[in-house]
Amino acid sequence: MTVFYFVAILSIIFALMTIFSRNPVHSVLYLVITFFTFTVHYVLLNAQFLAVVNFIVYLGAIMVLFLFVLMLLNLNKETEPMKSNLVKIMAVVAGLCLLTTLIGSLQLVEASNPVILKNPEIGLVKHLGKVLFKEYLLPFEISSILLLTAMIGAVLLAKNDPKKA
Amino acid sequence: MEAIVNNIQGVPLNHYILFSSIIFTIGVIGVMIRRNAIIIMMSIELMLNSVNLLLAAFSAYRGDASGQVFVFFIMALAAAEVAVGLAIIVMVYRNTRSVDINSLSRFRW
Repeated sequence: MTVFYFVAILSIIFALMTIFSRNPVHSVLYLVITFFTFTVHYVLLNAQFLAVVNFIVYLGAIMVLFLFVLMLLNLNKETEPMKSNLVKIMAVVAGLCLLTTLIGSLQLVEASNPVILKNPEIGLVKHLGKVLFKEYLLPFEISSILLLTAMIGAVLLAKNDPKKA
Repeated sequence: MEAIVNNIQGVPLNHYILFSSIIFTIGVIGVMIRRNAIIIMMSIELMLNSVNLLLAAFSAYRGDASGQVFVFFIMALAAAEVAVGLAIIVMVYRNTRSVDINSLSRFRW
């Protein structure tokens, strides 16, 4: 139980450092650590399939994309555009208002039961695979089309236009 | 594995909601305080991840696997979104020599 709170505090700290560090490369590295703590959260929930997918997709694929683009564009602390302090303070106040609203609406919910894994097998690959390929077969196939579309779109967008260049 | 399963017993569901709300808010603040388009996309990733975790927690709480399948779809969507978004950022950088989102204001008419 204490493991959850420890990891939760770590996630919050690293998420804050992600958005407040001035150097974009440091931001990406803090984001990697944040995603790693999320993987630990999935392991704690015994969602093993999600833990593995989170690790591979976020820490592997998405982080490489971010780091690659950051280093390709050669961004660093000197070129980093920053907003004025007034805008920053107003943004933080607005964000805290949002948080207060969310927590306030949480008070309407009656006191919650602890998360008890009724069926610890639920997050295992075997069980999830059965659900995925029986009930959610059509959305699964459609998501493959989505990924294909995204790939084609990304190539088309990032490609140099030969007529212009 | 038993130790892991026993470890989570006792964390109230409200604390999961609270934690996810905090991470989501950090993402929202990140979108508002930064001008670097790449870091804005990173903040969006933070928001998506907080929602994912909450879905997984509810799925474990209810004993229903559909929530975790949904998280899987959101992850596929996030991967597609990042690929297209970064391609757009590279294109904008090629045209304006900057990833400052204020330089995008020339797109308005």
